[in-house]
Order: sequence, then C-alpha cells, then structure tokens
Amino acid sequence: MLDPLARLGRRVLEALERLGRGHLLLLAILLGLGEVLRRPRLLWEQMFNIGVLSLLIVGVSGLFVGMVLALQGYYVLSQFGAAESLGVMVTASLVRELGPVVTALLVAGRAGSALTAEIGLMKATEQLSGLEMMAVDPVRRILVPRFLGGVLSMPLLAAIFSAVGVLGGYFVGVGLLGVDEGAYWSQMQAKIDFDEDLVNGMLKSLAFGVVVTWIALFQGYDTVPTSEGVSRSTTRSVVQAALVVLGLDFVLTALMFGD
Amino acid sequence: MSSDAVDARPEVLVEIRGLCFRRGERVIFEDLDLDIRRGTVTAVMGPSGTGKTTLLKLITGQLHPDAGTIRVAGQEVTRLNTAALFRLRQRMGMLFQSGALLTDLSVFDNVAYPLREHTNLSASMVRKLVLLKLEAVGLRGARDLMPAELSGGMARRVALARAIALDPMMILYDEPFTGQDPISMGMLMALIRQLNDASGLTSILVSHDVRETASIADYLYVIFEGRVVARGTPDALAADQSAWVRQFMDGLPDGPVHFHYPAPALAEDLLTRRAR
Ligand SMILES: Nc1ncnc2c1ncn2[C@@H]1O[C@H](COP(=O)(O)OP(=O)(O)OP(=O)(O)O)[C@@H](O)[C@H]1O
Ligand SMILES: [Mg+2]
Repeated sequence: MLDPLARLGRRVLEALERLGRGHLLLLAILLGLGEVLRRPRLLWEQMFNIGVLSLLIVGVSGLFVGMVLALQGYYVLSQFGAAESLGVMVTASLVRELGPVVTALLVAGRAGSALTAEIGLMKATEQLSGLEMMAVDPVRRILVPRFLGGVLSMPLLAAIFSAVGVLGGYFVGVGLLGVDEGAYWSQMQAKIDFDEDLVNGMLKSLAFGVVVTWIALFQGYDTVPTSEGVSRSTTRSVVQAALVVLGLDFVLTALMFGD
Repeated sequence: MSSDAVDARPEVLVEIRGLCFRRGERVIFEDLDLDIRRGTVTAVMGPSGTGKTTLLKLITGQLHPDAGTIRVAGQEVTRLNTAALFRLRQRMGMLFQSGALLTDLSVFDNVAYPLREHTNLSASMVRKLVLLKLEAVGLRGARDLMPAELSGGMARRVALARAIALDPMMILYDEPFTGQDPISMGMLMALIRQLNDASGLTSILVSHDVRETASIADYLYVIFEGRVVARGTPDALAADQSAWVRQFMDGLPDGPVHFHYPAPALAEDLLTRRAR
C-alpha cells in the first residue's frame, strides 16, 4: 500500500531536483555569456552547426507547409468569396504560429538531439572532466557557445521558414488555383502588421530558442554517463522540448494575441 | 605563482587527514590518512572498486569529501573557490583511465589545448613545445591523427603528453598500464620514472598491476574498504608477512579481501522467494 506512494514521492522529488539542477545550469550559462565575446569563433562554429545545417530541413518543410496552407485556405476562403485574402491567411498563419512552432520542433529534432548526444558523450568519455582538470570550465567553453548559437539561430530559421512558406503559398495559390497575383501580395502588405505579427512571431521564436537549446544542453550535461544513459537523454531531450514548445506557445499566444 | 611557492610543509605535497566520502549509502572512504611526499612516485593500490579513481578526483577537487581535509601544496582543496581551484589545477596534470581526449581535435591540437588556453605563447613556440611533449611519449609522428584513429594505449600516451604540457608540479595517473602491450608498458614505466626525476615532479600512480607498480614506486599505499591497510616502501611491503599485504602483493584469490561485492550468503540468496 505504502510502496507505490513512496515510489511516487521519490519520483516527484527526483523530478524537482532535476528541475532545480536545470535552472542552476541555465544560471551558470547566463553568467558565462561573456565568454563568447572573448572567443567569437566558438559562436560562429555553433551557429553553423545548429543554424546552417538545419537550413535544408527548415526550408523544405516551410515550402510544403506553405503549399498545404494555400490549398486548405483556398478551400475555406473561396466558400465565402474571399479567395483573394489567401495571401493574408497564409502569411498570418506562418508568421504568428506555424513558423515559430514548426521550426522549433524541427530544430529540437535535428539540432537539439545532436547537442544532447554530443554533450552526453563528452561526459561519458570523461572529456568534460578532462577539461575541468585542464582548468577550463566546460559550461563556459562548451555549453555557452552552443546555447547562444541555438538561441540566435532559431528566429533566423523561423523567418526563413515563413518566407519560404509564403512563396510556397504563392506557387499553389496564384500558380495552381488562380488567385489574383496582385491581391495575394497587396492584401498581405495591407493586413500584416509589423509589431503585431512579425515582432510577436520573432519573440515567440526567441523564447523557443531558449527552451529548446536549454533542454538539449541540460539533458546532455545531466546524462547518466553510459551509452544507455545518453540514448535515453537524447529521446527525453526531443520529447520534452516538443511538449514545452507547444505548451509555451499556448501561453505566449494568449498573452500576445489574447485580447 | 609567487604566493604558491611557499608551502606550509615543503616535504609533503599532498596531505589527507580523516577523509570520509560516501556514495549514497555506500561508504567509499572512512577516516583515510595519506601523505604524498614531494618528488616521489607514490602508488595507491587496491582492488577494483575500492575508490582509487574517486581518491584522485577528491585530490583534484572534482568531488567534495563529506569530512576531512585534503591539502595540496599547502592549500586546502575543499575550501578553494573556483578561480583558485583552477589555478591549482594548472599545476596538476591528470591522466584519466580512458584518456579523455577531445574527440573533435587532432592529437596536435589536443596537446596544444592547455598551452593555448593558459599561456600567451606564439604559435611557433606552441608548436615546438607540443612536438617536444609528443616526442617524449614517442608519438610525434601521430600528430595529425584524430583520437578515434588511435589505439587505447596510444590515446593514453597522447593524454600523458597533454597532462605534462604545462609542466605541472604533480601528475596523477589513473591506471596508466591497462591496455598497454609489454613493450609500451615498459616504456611507459620508464617514462613515468624519468619524467618524475628529470623535471622534479611528484607523481601519484593508481594501479592494480602490483609488480609493475612496485618496481617504479618509491612508496606504496594499499587501500581497502575505505582505509589504508598497508603502507611502506616496495621492499618493506615485499617483506611484510601480514595476511592483507601477502594476499594483495601475491595476488592470492582468497584471504581477508573478498572478490565479491557485499551480498548476503549465496545459499540464503538463492532460497529467498523474490522476483530479484
Ligand atoms: N558516479 C558514481 N555514482 C555512484 N557510485 C559511484 C560512481 N562512481 C563510482 N562509484 C562507486 O564508487 C566506488 C569506487 O569507484 P572507483 O571508480 O573510485 O573505483 P576504482 O578503485 O577506481 O576501481 P577500478 O580499479 O575498477 O577503476 C565503486 O564501488 C563504484 O560503485
Ligand atoms: Mg578507477
């Protein structure tokens, strides 16, 4: 009778401890951000690893999402005789919602998992201890550039996703479905607001960049240093990042657009 | 460095008193006392799992003891802040059991890493030093290989070159002989002795290769179940007749030290009706 209860209690305590360690790590990373000023090369390397290497998957996904949005949107809008608003619909959906969210999910799957596995393996093979013994702080040297690289790459990738998506919508809407080209672009220009839509979308994506990279780095840093431990952390990194992104998206959307 | 030059007790570089350390419920060290004299090769031996690696991590401040003091070069390791600890670590080299080389850097860059990190030497000076250190471990020709292309024994030697890159005052070797063929084993033994004597280093050597270790060490500690069970020069231990020392030095399968991790009696365990 008491056994399951005790187990539950222990699991809750462990989860809370992990949460605490996660926040301490984030604090250490934030305190170490100055390191990249001393060694900007480390940041460029990571922006390449995380950002540039994710470009292809983000671009291709953006294209298809934009094309599907145009197909679906046209179906609904044309029933109300509002097909020329297709450009607004596609763009607003991308910039406000799908761009930041889908990009964050893609980055968590592609770059986040790679970060977790990399850091986890460095821990399992004592490379992190080795750095400490060489009087080099692994948080500053290894984690900080990756964190900043992830956080800065995310809004850029989301912007590319949305831009490619708008083009995809254009190909399908204007090219295939015969929406008026002038209407597609001019309505978009008139109705999409810089602050309301673009800035809020960017802020979302910045927030997603923080949580996705933070979760990936923490899962790697906190891994049980065995091959099984690393594989479990990698899975957990992707699952947690996806859930947190979707949850956080609801909160941010409610705060930004909820009135 | 000037403040570090004056040590409280110059003849003892590492002084451990009343050290206690636990991993969860399991007691690893209980009231352990140990001295490492300056300029010597001191070996710490003991069966697998007694905490030899743990001891090295305590000395270098990677782990914190539950009680007791650890003084290195007159400084209390447990009380140092991060900056002071890092300054101390620049004067210690540690050879990890696995080598711990950075896998995304070549052999050359691995050895150059501490130099680039902690000195302002010019690139050509760094190159000269790296080649000298690699020459010392016989791997100058392997400078362009990546760690994944090295055998376990070679990786250990590269790690040794990296550990001595900053000319430390002390080197800690964790099982340097495992995975070495007899020739490189002999070479490594000679190298450890030679590095120690030529550069005035102090060496701590953790190992369970009794014969090899005894042949190059000046002083031996045997630890078991959290305590020092024997200590002395290799000759003294070779002559010691106590059951502990004989079992360990002669590699006898039975004696005061048991091969098994603590467990209930086998018959009792087999008769218990439990899932595991
Ligand atoms: N991270 C850890 N968490 C919990 N227990 C650990 C951890 N690392 C080591 N231990 C335990 O501490 C004890 C000592 O480990 P240590 O690695 O110091 O042994 P060792 O003497 O170096 O053994 P070996 O000769 O096999 O390398 C072992 O019994 C091990 O179970
Ligand atoms: Mg060990």
